[in-house]
Amino acid sequence: MTRVLIVAEHDGRQLNDATAKCVRCAQGITDAAIDVAVFGLELQPVLDAAAKLDGVKRVLAFNAAQNSHALAAVLAPQVAALAGEYSHVLAPSTTFGKDLLPRVAALLDVPMVSDVMAVESPTRFRRPIYAGNAILTVEVRDVGTLLATVRTASFEAVGSNGSASIEARPVTAAAPSHTRFVGIAASGGDRPDLQSARRVVSGGRALGSAEKFQLIYQLADALCAAVGASRAAVDAGYAPNDLQVGQTGKIIAPELYLALGISGAIQHLTGIKDARTIVAINKDADAPIFEVADYGLVADLFEAVPQLVAALQSRAST
Amino acid sequence: MKRILVGIKRVVDYNIRIRVKPDNTGVITDGVKQSINPFDEIALEEALRLKEKGLAEEVVVISIGPAEVQNQLRTALAMGADRAVLVEAAGVEPLDAAKIFLKLAEREQPLLVMLGKQAIDDDNNQTGQMLAALWDRPQATFASKVELAGTTARVTREVDAGLETIEVDLPAVITVDLRLNEPRFVKLPEIIKAKKKPLETLKPDALGITPRQRVHATHYAAPGTRQKGVMVKDVNELMAALAAKGLV
Ligand SMILES: Cc1cc2nc3c(=O)[nH]c(=O)nc-3n(C[C@H](O)[C@H](O)[C@H](O)COP(=O)(O)OP(=O)(O)OC[C@H]3O[C@@H](n4cnc5c(N)ncnc54)[C@H](O)[C@@H]3O)c2cc1C
Ligand SMILES: Nc1ncnc2c1ncn2[C@@H]1O[C@H](COP(=O)(O)O)[C@@H](O)[C@H]1O
Repeated sequence: MTRVLIVAEHDGRQLNDATAKCVRCAQGITDAAIDVAVFGLELQPVLDAAAKLDGVKRVLAFNAAQNSHALAAVLAPQVAALAGEYSHVLAPSTTFGKDLLPRVAALLDVPMVSDVMAVESPTRFRRPIYAGNAILTVEVRDVGTLLATVRTASFEAVGSNGSASIEARPVTAAAPSHTRFVGIAASGGDRPDLQSARRVVSGGRALGSAEKFQLIYQLADALCAAVGASRAAVDAGYAPNDLQVGQTGKIIAPELYLALGISGAIQHLTGIKDARTIVAINKDADAPIFEVADYGLVADLFEAVPQLVAALQSRAST
Repeated sequence: MKRILVGIKRVVDYNIRIRVKPDNTGVITDGVKQSINPFDEIALEEALRLKEKGLAEEVVVISIGPAEVQNQLRTALAMGADRAVLVEAAGVEPLDAAKIFLKLAEREQPLLVMLGKQAIDDDNNQTGQMLAALWDRPQATFASKVELAGTTARVTREVDAGLETIEVDLPAVITVDLRLNEPRFVKLPEIIKAKKKPLETLKPDALGITPRQRVHATHYAAPGTRQKGVMVKDVNELMAALAAKGLV
């Protein structure tokens, strides 16, 4: 029987949007029996949010001190112990899911499918390879439980009008002591989250310094947008690592994406393929970013961006 | 001996624009430049730096692939690795690659196994995590900083929320991210010297592994392309276009 388990992603307080996108993917596999497993400590708001997701039948709560940080070595045996009850186990293709699910797969001695972008059947999926320059269809055979991570940019989040049951489950697997959480330095703040924002403004190497990168933040503020960056901008220290967009950064699908002083390397474009509208400002008319931009402007960004900010502010005040 | 094993996968060079074969059975690789997976170069660089600091004594590079991966292993030896192991097998899935690495880890008893966070051909991002599970050892994925201290390693990881730090007991598996370091260039005398360094070749069955195919590639397609849009002449025109679409 087809039964799908989704491993929820959360930060201890809030359920990550990625979970609702995994539910949408799961609905392509089965129209019944979708459960969500939540691992953590003192999880009530997260559990409540998971129980509201449309299409979810049960929420399984694994509440324990050892689960207070999402360490793959600690969580993997717990997910593996649960997997036998399911035909499929899904997790988002975020750093959380990418870290965890392959470890579960190896414990179960099964292969795994990364970055599912479309479900063709319960055993057949499409996924991007070569930084999205080819789309591969895979058919999985001879596995007990099928494990996959979900490319969240390919799926719309399901709504929140459901009422799944919440079941507390005992945490029995002993936690290994060889891996210890030390700390996390989050750069976040109260800006819109890059992965779920409807608008994103990204800056590239052209910004030239962390101070001048503030221009990107000004435009983002005027648009209520999240901020992103190219790898070159992150490597140079203009922006923190968690803002990197692309093959090895975040894959995003905003309604509006502005690329400022970004050349449009394939590794960057991989991250924005699903953006609804792309705007590029670059002083080089031959920059590859213009090949994919819906609106392109050849200009010096240090002139164009302040003008854009001013135009947006004057619109807002009228 | 304090040893570090490093995975070296041969992949289509990252500068090549990939094209799908007209009959949808694969991507065109004939005559296309192949290189060391960029993440693996970074893993090797880190291992070499640990050795140069006296924290490791031997760096062994391992590649699973066809006989031609010798070229990439020679480059790795020229960068400074001490010896190489080539496991001859093509199209090995990450789980079997992890099983091969496990057998070699059992044989070599390393302090660390350093792999790339992902191979840029299949973009799987699985092998290191799978190896850590099979080996029943810690994993520190997406590393942007590695500090060894006695029997532990402190690793900073690039995660979606920012930078996470974990501490792991050794031996452990570390998969590396782009910002860990910048790999060195190979110098000509090193290339000549590398020809004399040991390169062992074996087949998976010598390690007791028979690779299986369970994830079957049935079709390759070119991605949907975006329509090239319009060029606007100034910020006013841009604002007007965005406003017309209801985007501002
Ligand atoms: C394995 C691998 C993975 C990678 N992953 C990623 C990834 O996830 N994300 C990513 O972004 N990159 C990634 N890269 C790097 C990628 O190949 C490019 O090097 C990078 O995206 C370039 O960043 P950029 O466009 O900011 O810089 P550049 O390519 O240097 O482009 C700067 C642009 O700014 C323009 N410019 C300069 N001054 C001005 C001005 N005053 N006004 C307007 N325009 C100006 C220039 O014309 C140029 O087009 C990866 C590379 C590798 C090898
Ligand atoms: N065939 C292989 N030969 C050598 N190393 C490999 C091979 N496959 C995977 N690896 C290692 O595992 C990492 C992650 O690969 P993957 O899980 O395929 O994305 C790579 O960066 C390599 O370090």
